[in-house]
Amino acid sequence: MNDTVVQPSEPARSRLSGVVAFVRQRPDLTISPLILVLLLALWQYATRNLGIPSFILPPPIEVWDAFVAGVMAGPRDMAGFWYHGGVTIAESLLGFFIGSGVGVVLGFALARWKFLESVALPYIISFQALPKVALAPLLIIWFGFGIEGKVLISAILSFFPVLVNSMAGYRSVDPTGIDLARSCNASEWQIFCKIILPGSLPFVFAGLNVASILAMLGAIVGEFVSARAGLGSLLLQYQQSMQIAPVFAVLIVLAFVGYAMNIAVRLVERRYCFWVERSGPQGEA
Amino acid sequence: MKKDLFLPYTISVEHLGKSYRSADGQALVALKDLTFEIQDGEFICLVGPSGCGKSTLLKILGGLLKRSSGAARIGDRSLDGPGPDIGFVFQAPTLLPWRTVLENVLLPTEIRRLPVAQFRAKAMELLAMVGLSGFENRYSSELSGGMQQRAAIVRALVQDPPVLLMDEPFGALDALTREQMNLEVLKIWSSTKKTVVFVTHSIAEAVFLADRVFVMTPRPGKIAEIINIELPRPRHLSIINTEQFGVYASHIRQLLQAKGDLS
Repeated sequence: MNDTVVQPSEPARSRLSGVVAFVRQRPDLTISPLILVLLLALWQYATRNLGIPSFILPPPIEVWDAFVAGVMAGPRDMAGFWYHGGVTIAESLLGFFIGSGVGVVLGFALARWKFLESVALPYIISFQALPKVALAPLLIIWFGFGIEGKVLISAILSFFPVLVNSMAGYRSVDPTGIDLARSCNASEWQIFCKIILPGSLPFVFAGLNVASILAMLGAIVGEFVSARAGLGSLLLQYQQSMQIAPVFAVLIVLAFVGYAMNIAVRLVERRYCFWVERSGPQGEA
Repeated sequence: MKKDLFLPYTISVEHLGKSYRSADGQALVALKDLTFEIQDGEFICLVGPSGCGKSTLLKILGGLLKRSSGAARIGDRSLDGPGPDIGFVFQAPTLLPWRTVLENVLLPTEIRRLPVAQFRAKAMELLAMVGLSGFENRYSSELSGGMQQRAAIVRALVQDPPVLLMDEPFGALDALTREQMNLEVLKIWSSTKKTVVFVTHSIAEAVFLADRVFVMTPRPGKIAEIINIELPRPRHLSIINTEQFGVYASHIRQLLQAKGDLS
C-alpha cells in the first residue's frame, strides 16, 4: 500500500496561504464583494426559477437596463437620472450647508453663553422630540413646489445633530488648555480659534457625518410630498405606473449619492481630525 | 517710580486672601491673609494637603485667578493678569494634540503675536537641553508622559520668563521618571537662574528641590511655616538618604499632621 500523503507543491501552498492572509487582512475587498455576487445570483435565481412576478421583483438584468437607461439620458432629459439627481443633490447640499452652518454657530454660542442656553434649551428639546419630517407638508404649503421647501426640510434635519454635537464638542475641550492660552494673554477670540475650535472638531464632524445622511433624507421626503423634479419625485412617478425596475435603479442612485456625500465628509474629517484616536466621539442624531 | 536694579522680579504678597461663593451660596475662604516675599532666583516649594489652596495661590500668582483681597506684585507689576514675565507649567502637559511638539512650544509666542521664526532657534535649543532633539516634529501622542511634560516645560521657558510657576507638574508620572524630572528641573533652574514656585504634595520632592518650603494648612489656606532648606547644592539623589534631609522631611510631616489629615 502506498501511504505517501500527497502534499501540495511548495509554491501552490504559499500562494494559498497568501490568499488566506489577504482575505483576513482586507475582508472589505474580498468577502464583501463576494456577498454581493451571491446576493445577485440568489436574486436572479428567485426571479427566474421561483416565479416571482416582475412587478414585485424584477430580475437584476432589468434593473441594470433601467439604471443604464437612466444614466445614459442627457442632463436635460426629464426621465434621466442626471436631471433629477442634480436637483436632489442641490437640495441636499444646500440644506446640509445651511443646516450644519447654523448648527455649528448656534451650538458654540449656546455652549459659550449659559444664559442663551437656558433660554433656548426648552425650545430645542421640544423641537428635537418632534419627528421633523412631519413638517414637510406644512413647509410645502408655505414654499410651494420649488426647491426652497426641500432645502428647508433638509436643513432642519441637518441642523440638530450638528447643534447637539457642537455643544458637546465645545464642552469637551480641556479647561487647562484654555488656562494655558490665558496664561499667554490670549484674547477670547484667540482662545476660540486656537484651543476651542480645533478641540471640538471631532464632535462637530460626528454631527456632520449624521447630517450628511439626514440632508438627503430631508430632500427626498420633501419631494415625496410634492415636487416636479428630484429623485424622490421620480421614484413616485415610477411607483404610480408600476415600473418597478426603474424604482430599484433610482434606489441604487440614491445609495451612491448618499455614500459619496458621507465619504466627502469623512475625507474632510480625516484632514482636520487626523490627531484623533479611533476611540473618538460617536455620532448623535 | 524707583525700580530695584538688583532684584527686579521679586514676588511680594501682602495680606492676600481669596474667597469663593460655593454653589449653595456659602462663602468659602480658600486663602487667608498670606504675606511673603520671594527673591529673584529662589526655588520655592509649596506643600500642603489637598484643598489647602496651594494651586489657587499659584493661579493667583500666574494671573489666572483674581485675588479677593490684599496685594500681589511681581517686580513693580501688580499681579492682576498673566504676563510674559511668568511661565506656567500645569499638572497635565496640556500639549495640543493637533500641533507638533515644536508648534506647541511656540504657541505662547504665536498667541502674543511675536515673530515666531525668531523663537524657533531658542525653542530647538531648549528642546535639546531637555533631551527632545529629533522629536520636534512629532505629535504629543507619540511621546511618553515624561517627554510630554518636558515639552510643556520648554513651552513655559521659550519666552525666557524670569519666573516659572509649576503646579504639581510631575504628580502624574511614575516614581523613577519623577526623580529624573526633579533633577532636570534643578539643572534648568541652575543654568537659567529663574525664580521657581513649585507646588507639590510630596514632602520629599519639596525638600529635595527647594531653597525654602512653604508649608500650607487647609481651610482657610494659610502658611503654617516657612522652612529654609540648607542642603548643599548641586543636589544629587543620594542627598535623600542623609540625616539632614530626614530631619527636614519629618519636621514638615509633623507640621502637616498637626494641622489635619494629610491626603
